[in-house]
Amino acid sequence: MERSRLSVAWAIIAVLALGGAAVGLQMLRDSRYPLTTSDEETLYLTRRVTSRLVFAHRSLVADLYWIRALQYFGSHALKAKRPGAAFEPPPALAAERPVSFDLLYPFLDIATTLDPRFNIAYRFGAIFLSEGNTQGPGRPDQAIALLEKGLQASPNKWEYWQDIGFVHYWADQDYPKAAAAFARGADIPGAPWWMRSLAATTLAKGGDRNTSRLLWQQMAEASNESARYMARLKLQQLDALEIIEKLQKGIDAFGIRRGAPVTSWNELIVARLIPGVPLDPAGVPLELDSSSRVTVSMQSPLFPLPFEPAPRTGP
Amino acid sequence: MSTLGWIAINGFRESVRDKVLYSIVAFAVLLIGASYLLGQLTAGQDLKIMKDLGLSSISIFGLFIAVFIGIGLVSKEVERRSIYGLLAKPVRRHEIVLGKFAGLVLTLAVNVAVMTLALYAVLAYVGAADDELVRKAREAPALDPALIKAVVLILVQLMIVTAIALFFSTFSTPIVSAGLTFGLYVAGYFSQDLRNLDQVVGSKAAQNLARGLYYVLPNLAPFDVASQVVHGLPVTWQYMSLTITYGLVYIAILLVVGATIFSRRDFK
Repeated sequence: MERSRLSVAWAIIAVLALGGAAVGLQMLRDSRYPLTTSDEETLYLTRRVTSRLVFAHRSLVADLYWIRALQYFGSHALKAKRPGAAFEPPPALAAERPVSFDLLYPFLDIATTLDPRFNIAYRFGAIFLSEGNTQGPGRPDQAIALLEKGLQASPNKWEYWQDIGFVHYWADQDYPKAAAAFARGADIPGAPWWMRSLAATTLAKGGDRNTSRLLWQQMAEASNESARYMARLKLQQLDALEIIEKLQKGIDAFGIRRGAPVTSWNELIVARLIPGVPLDPAGVPLELDSSSRVTVSMQSPLFPLPFEPAPRTGP
Repeated sequence: MSTLGWIAINGFRESVRDKVLYSIVAFAVLLIGASYLLGQLTAGQDLKIMKDLGLSSISIFGLFIAVFIGIGLVSKEVERRSIYGLLAKPVRRHEIVLGKFAGLVLTLAVNVAVMTLALYAVLAYVGAADDELVRKAREAPALDPALIKAVVLILVQLMIVTAIALFFSTFSTPIVSAGLTFGLYVAGYFSQDLRNLDQVVGSKAAQNLARGLYYVLPNLAPFDVASQVVHGLPVTWQYMSLTITYGLVYIAILLVVGATIFSRRDFK
């Protein structure tokens, strides 16, 4: 019995010692030969090769490509959000390449080729692809191509027409095309009644902020939690634009009245024009820069605010 | 109980004594459980990923069980020379082949059932947290009974693979049998391409050969309805019965040929 306990104790000591040695060796190796992370710019395989290689479990591999697309977009969007990332420095000064989203479409293309009914990959993928303003690749053409591919697989998905309309509305600011897409979607049996009114409103008042709000409100009622989150964020951004417009008017007027530009919130608080530093709809304090412009903070989830589509002019 | 039944029960007992089997099933159950974590990375596609991963796990690990146990069913008996003891008993040779097959199918059915239960348990856990809006928005409910249809077709597909492995096992070594079985499994997914070869190849002889191979090789792709089930699309009973009947006929052919070869084999 005693001998058996002794041997267990020796085994534990040996395991601990060997475990410590293994950790030490790992640390030594990592310090001399840093771990290489996966190459972000590697697509792994082309669409054609993937669809031949993955002869079974295609849906599962599509999921993996979708996760890869999400990670790729998320990490690149974060990089792009860093100050200055949007501006390409001269090659001699560039510490790293400008943020590129070149692989986003191929990832989404592979995912939807392997699983042609991958609804969310079409819908979210299109939003990601059309997202510009440093937050995405700004490729509405690819977004529409992806959604049209989805329509080939599921011609009765009115939601894809809604999304095509969205892309035309926001990214291209082509309101007649947006209205036509909404109308095509409205023609599909089972499409909600508001698709028809969306088409009419877009045609009549494209670019109007209320129309923009209407578009996002419809999206906010979507079933997917992530889609709802995005729509709520966009609605908050529209609210922020309104708050900033009102504040800017007051600040400009106050600056003219006193003959000097306003450069800090404190001046307005002392003048009892505002009770405190105003917050954006996400609860983050707004910023007032030295040129008297009100902006959302870079710390805010609402940063950067979208470029609003130009209001529709003429008939 | 009939002789065939006894052989089947013995075959089942023999395979459940195999520790590797437990490792495979435990790993599959673990992977199905881990799909919950993977689902969190996917912007609202958690259920889809869990179902995809769950059904793929059942299929992949079932394939390992079918191949690695199936190839040893007969050849192991021959290698260990235990076949002589078996043949000395009043057992007909084809009963040995059929009994072994039935035993492994029973093993597969039990393992597939365990993995399916694990999948449903994970889906129930995730589905319980859904609010009404999310529940309505799902393409298919969390505890979708249609998943059973996909699982049944996977089981029949695995039965075909078992029959292939057993067929090769009647006249070949385990390694060769494993290679040939995996080869046929892969070819079974490309048989559609063989049928459409006439669109890319001009030679009439090649076209006829491809057409012939299309009908001779097992067509395994129709047994994969995971994508339809996960997206909530209907898989009709007519489709199910047609596909299952095709599978059973193919299994019958393999068993008849395997039993014939085994019956004529000289063990001296």
